[in-house]
Amino acid sequence: MRALLVILLLIATPVFAVQPDEILDDPALEARARVITADLRCVVCRNESVDDSNAEIARDIRLMVRERLVAGDSNAEAIQYMVDRYGEFILLNPRITGTNLLLWLAGPALLLTGLLVAVISLRRRRVTEEPLSEAEEARLAQLLDE
Amino acid sequence: MIIELGHYALILAFAVSIVQTIVPLVGAQKGWADWMAAANPLASLQFVLIALSFGALTYAFVTSDFSVALVVNNSHTLKPMLYKISGVWGNHEGSLLLWVLIVALFGACAAWFGGNLPVSLQARVLAVQGSIGAAFLSFMLLTSNPFLRSAFPPFDGTDLNPLLQDPGLAFHPPFLYLGYVGLSMAFSFAVAALIEGKVDAAWGRWVRPWTLAAWVFLTIGIALGSWWAYYELGWGGFWFWDPVENASFMPWLFATALLHSAIVVEKRESLKAWTILLAILGFGFSLMGTFIVRSGVITSVHAFASDPERGVYILAIFAFFTGGALTLFALRGAALEAKGVFGLISRESALVLNNVLLAVSSFVVFVGTMWPLVSELAFGRVLSVGPPFFNAAFTPFMVALAVILPVGAILPWKRGNLRRALRSMWGVALLAISLGALTWVLQTGGSMLAPIGLALGVWLVAGTLKDLWMRGGRNGVTARLRRIARLPRADWGKALAHGGLGITIFAVAAMMGWATEDIRVATIGQSFEHGGYTITLTDVRREQGPNYVTSMAYVDIHRDGALVAQLNPEKRVYPAAGMPTTEAAIDYGFTRDLYLALGDPQDGGGWALRTYIKPFANWLWGGAIIMALGGLISLTDRRYRVAAGARKAPANATPAE
Repeated sequence: MRALLVILLLIATPVFAVQPDEILDDPALEARARVITADLRCVVCRNESVDDSNAEIARDIRLMVRERLVAGDSNAEAIQYMVDRYGEFILLNPRITGTNLLLWLAGPALLLTGLLVAVISLRRRRVTEEPLSEAEEARLAQLLDE
Repeated sequence: MIIELGHYALILAFAVSIVQTIVPLVGAQKGWADWMAAANPLASLQFVLIALSFGALTYAFVTSDFSVALVVNNSHTLKPMLYKISGVWGNHEGSLLLWVLIVALFGACAAWFGGNLPVSLQARVLAVQGSIGAAFLSFMLLTSNPFLRSAFPPFDGTDLNPLLQDPGLAFHPPFLYLGYVGLSMAFSFAVAALIEGKVDAAWGRWVRPWTLAAWVFLTIGIALGSWWAYYELGWGGFWFWDPVENASFMPWLFATALLHSAIVVEKRESLKAWTILLAILGFGFSLMGTFIVRSGVITSVHAFASDPERGVYILAIFAFFTGGALTLFALRGAALEAKGVFGLISRESALVLNNVLLAVSSFVVFVGTMWPLVSELAFGRVLSVGPPFFNAAFTPFMVALAVILPVGAILPWKRGNLRRALRSMWGVALLAISLGALTWVLQTGGSMLAPIGLALGVWLVAGTLKDLWMRGGRNGVTARLRRIARLPRADWGKALAHGGLGITIFAVAAMMGWATEDIRVATIGQSFEHGGYTITLTDVRREQGPNYVTSMAYVDIHRDGALVAQLNPEKRVYPAAGMPTTEAAIDYGFTRDLYLALGDPQDGGGWALRTYIKPFANWLWGGAIIMALGGLISLTDRRYRVAAGARKAPANATPAE
């Protein structure tokens, strides 16, 4: 707990998520910046986007993203610029490449498997339960005779 | 002295839990009635001992006994009484004590109210429950003892994390734990049934109320946590896909699946093996959640007590119970014979589909939560998995679930006719789609999120109403209403839970699609417009709270010249913990919340002020509460009361919960 408090003390300098002075005059550009920063991780925080974080570095990243956009970068270029500086760790939206395919395909693959298993076992059960056992046949015959 | 008594009671409880694990289990195996009968008093005793221990720790917090290390680290003499008490579980050791208290409480409840269970089943259930208690009690005593003294007691404590000094802490963890740990009952029943080798309709009927109760608590606990985050963190987020949130959400998804599959066991004696598996996985994920929260292997905003040694111990507990139960399942599961046969189009199949969607979506959350760890260890690729992944990968499952729900809910058991079911829901579907389309036109394009959410919400709520209406028969309106009013409570529970889900889905989409924000420097005395409201910062004053100092803003909000609300967003500093917090001020409304958060004073004068309009925010938690209410009403259904009194005189037919 004490360690946590120390960490919180270090990062929780009283800065406050997106500051009024950071906001760009061009609303279209500002909207793009917000979309980008919402998906970037505050790299020193425990699990916050730079958009929500109070940490100094989050503010720096927010400003850097805006600088890139003002300089004419596309969203993808601005994001790549951040990845080059801080590594893939900064992306809250993991890229759909390489080993991450396992992550992204896990859901659909499991769903297909689940549905397949469900349908097969339901069908098999229906078939196996249809024929009557000998005892049941005898009982049926007896009932019919009565 | 009281502290030592509490400590001693905890050690005694550990000893009792070991006896509770061994004696009834052996008794049930050998058929010794007296050994089996020992389970009940042992379960009660274990609960009483842990309750004493919990009382002792609470006493230490209430009296600010700074000779106890835990109190020093988490309390302060100036802290309000409510937070002194909730501070008991606002830390690793104390929350574990609450955890074992609830494990013992559920065990004791099974002893007190389980009189109608077969003796051997009850003995085995209590033995398994006892073993869970033993595992966690040993964990506490060996690695996380709350009663450790400090040699040199300081004059005052270092205070509780200010973010936790909130009524939310008083209620959110206890409810969550009641839910988490409640799933241990379903687990104990599943393992006991595997040992017994018998699962029948009666088993389904016994296990369902426990699961239902756990589900209700978990629903309330998660909703409270979400609401707490909403008003406390200062920007109105309600769900962050944080690993710790996921840790509570995965068991909830499994509990929901289990709830539905247990119906099939109870009514149709089918899906037995699957239900047992769900019960094991549900509690398994509870344990996995405990591991995630307390080991520190995964970074989260919530993580407390990141300690590898503790992590390894919890991992061992997880491996023992989940692995052991799954092994038992592999050995015995095949012997569980299904009796009820059903066609591919039937209520049973619809519930299977529900289960597949819920279970797979839960695994998606699991994979996303663990992926950063796996990716780093296996591929050396350091990365993050955040909200964008979960929104994209998880949401489709919930949409699919919502789409099939109203149709599945009206399919008959055994063999249904899909065309007939679709025909009776045709009007509802048309209503939902046209309202969604209308909304999309009215909001003049933009994100499809909110219109789709609205359509799904209408589809669920109206579909539920249509279902109720059809169950009223074909006579006149009054006769119908009378019949609907007399429907079993389980049916009402179902209707409320499904309707509540619709409301929550709509609210989530509305919050994500329609929320607006305004960030600016507000100078005192000047007004600005946002979303049709005129907002005026009239003053900012420094004020003194019991254990903090605050800058409190005074904000007037007008609409069309009339005063709507006066709000006081604050920025607080807690000197003892040396930490600032923002206290948002919210004007709660039926169709929107006005949400204000105060930032820093600016160099050129004025204050940073954030204004949010959160549409239908209250509907989100309202929907969750309606869902929980549905669970509660279902819990009071006649058949549980009847079952509870079946072996005794009818006069004793009191509800089991």
